[in-house]
Amino acid sequence: MLSVVDEALTDERQDGTRPGNEPSMIPGTSILPGGAPSIARLDGVTKYYGKVTALDQIHLDIRAGEVVGLLGPNGAGKTTAIHLLLGLLRPTTGMTSTLGHEPWSMAARTRTGAMLQIAKVPDTLTVREHVELTASYYPASPPVQETLAHAGLTGLETRLFGRLSGGQKQRLMFALAICGGPELLFLDEPTVGLDVEARRELWQCIRRMADAGRTVLLTTHHLEEADALASRIVVIDHGRVVAEGTPEQIKRHAVGSHIRCTTRIEEATAAGWPGVSSVERSGATLRLVADQAEPVVRRLLDLDAELADLEVKSAGLEEALVSLTHGNDNTSEEVIA
Amino acid sequence: MNAATESLNAPDSSSAPVFHRRAPRRRYLRIFGLETRAELMKMVRMPAFVVPAFAFPLMFYALFGLAFGRGQEIGPVTMLGYLLATYGAFGVIGANLFSFGVGIAVERGQGWMLLKRAMPLPPLIHFLARMVVGMVFSLLILVGLFALGGFFGGVALPLPAWVKLAAWLTVGGLPFAAFGLFFGYLCGPNSAPAVINLLYLPLSFASGLWMPYEVLPGFFKALAPWLPAFHLAQQGLGIVGAETHASWTQSIVYLSAFTVVSLVAGIAAYRRDQESWG
Repeated sequence: MLSVVDEALTDERQDGTRPGNEPSMIPGTSILPGGAPSIARLDGVTKYYGKVTALDQIHLDIRAGEVVGLLGPNGAGKTTAIHLLLGLLRPTTGMTSTLGHEPWSMAARTRTGAMLQIAKVPDTLTVREHVELTASYYPASPPVQETLAHAGLTGLETRLFGRLSGGQKQRLMFALAICGGPELLFLDEPTVGLDVEARRELWQCIRRMADAGRTVLLTTHHLEEADALASRIVVIDHGRVVAEGTPEQIKRHAVGSHIRCTTRIEEATAAGWPGVSSVERSGATLRLVADQAEPVVRRLLDLDAELADLEVKSAGLEEALVSLTHGNDNTSEEVIA
Repeated sequence: MNAATESLNAPDSSSAPVFHRRAPRRRYLRIFGLETRAELMKMVRMPAFVVPAFAFPLMFYALFGLAFGRGQEIGPVTMLGYLLATYGAFGVIGANLFSFGVGIAVERGQGWMLLKRAMPLPPLIHFLARMVVGMVFSLLILVGLFALGGFFGGVALPLPAWVKLAAWLTVGGLPFAAFGLFFGYLCGPNSAPAVINLLYLPLSFASGLWMPYEVLPGFFKALAPWLPAFHLAQQGLGIVGAETHASWTQSIVYLSAFTVVSLVAGIAAYRRDQESWG
């Protein structure tokens, strides 16, 4: 169906944006809110590291108020894209701009905030010292207490960074990203290495910023994370955009719906139904994968009045992503992990 | 009066370069203040830095000076007065090398320097803060040494000489901050302490900071005048009244050249580091 970037569509996109009729990777859908202005963009950007191509003629537009999830396997070019928009790197060819300025300019940097993937701050400064220091770099930073409250760090002001838990450390890094009152936030794998609870706490902080109208670009391995936070997902692989759309649109690329139930219906019977792509029995449990769940469930219930334990799950983003970036088995493994 | 100063200030500020108008000086001063406080607190709370930086010069002075050197003389001065200048130079060089060299390399390794680069912090303010902290540590080490020498070593210098010695060594230590900057951007976080110690300790010995230049073996005697630490120590020795083997002019020219070369190399390493990140 759709798996590799469609050249024709990519070329169309770079001609400019036509409000309300944004051509998308996914046929028949419109992804971007028509009127919102683009506030950061990579325009035909290629980036080489020596002989390695990190980004290959990529186009990426971030619009005001969006939460964009940049998704892709390791080495897809996600971090490179963020570093380009932060002005930490210069493109080999193509144009980059952030908030209407060169990304490395002071004008852009005073209005952006970032969490970088590998960044750690010195252990021997306290939470308040770190936030106060970083906030001083920005001309319009909100009060430190407000930042600490937004990052869920109230009460930890005098604790040394080295004494914080993993989740608290990550929330401090988040506090440093928001302490300057940025319009645009870059979060590079913000929850990597966190347990479920800590991850959810950070999600709340990120959502609060998005609800306050901040624009967010976040990269992640956790597809669940993109699903939970992003209003738009851009899937990249090998330095190219392979798909973009709302989480729902991306999920439609999954294999289909997964149905599970306890029934006496024979495997062979179900396998013959239209739209059913696989059937598998283990003991009393029958598992089916179907393009659409509803007609199959109706047939199941009609045939077996005693059918029990019915469970229907739409395939998650994981499956969608694997199908979108297929042909690269190693990285698919990575994505699922 | 007020009107006069105002009218003097007005054209001055309007003719200032554009970036001054966009980013007020007062904000930069505040950044500088907080940056300096952060660098200072960071070091003070890190025993791995504080202990060797303070302990080595003081301990060496206590052992080689107070314990062994008592009653001996080198030319016109006592051994205890002589070693005050040389271990002073040793301590000041260490404070600068470790603050810039090891400090920067470690924080680059953590990704802190990269994160700072993504923020609107003018890099010069950060380096100036580090420099000030290097000077504060230099002064603290010197005060410790002077206390040992003055109270326990019987070193009696007129007050201006104490002040002059402290000022010379503190300012003269700055070229080593530039030298440290180069290694901070050249080395990785794990190799930096080793590389810097491998330079620092042998160079200190060869420059006559541990054993007086007068008793160094012939090879080192020939080498020493080519080493920057030698020039820092020699002018310190002049201040305590010892015989010197280099003139002020020679030492200042030499240390200035060393600073320029270190800065050029340091800036090149800094630039290379900026481009290599992905």
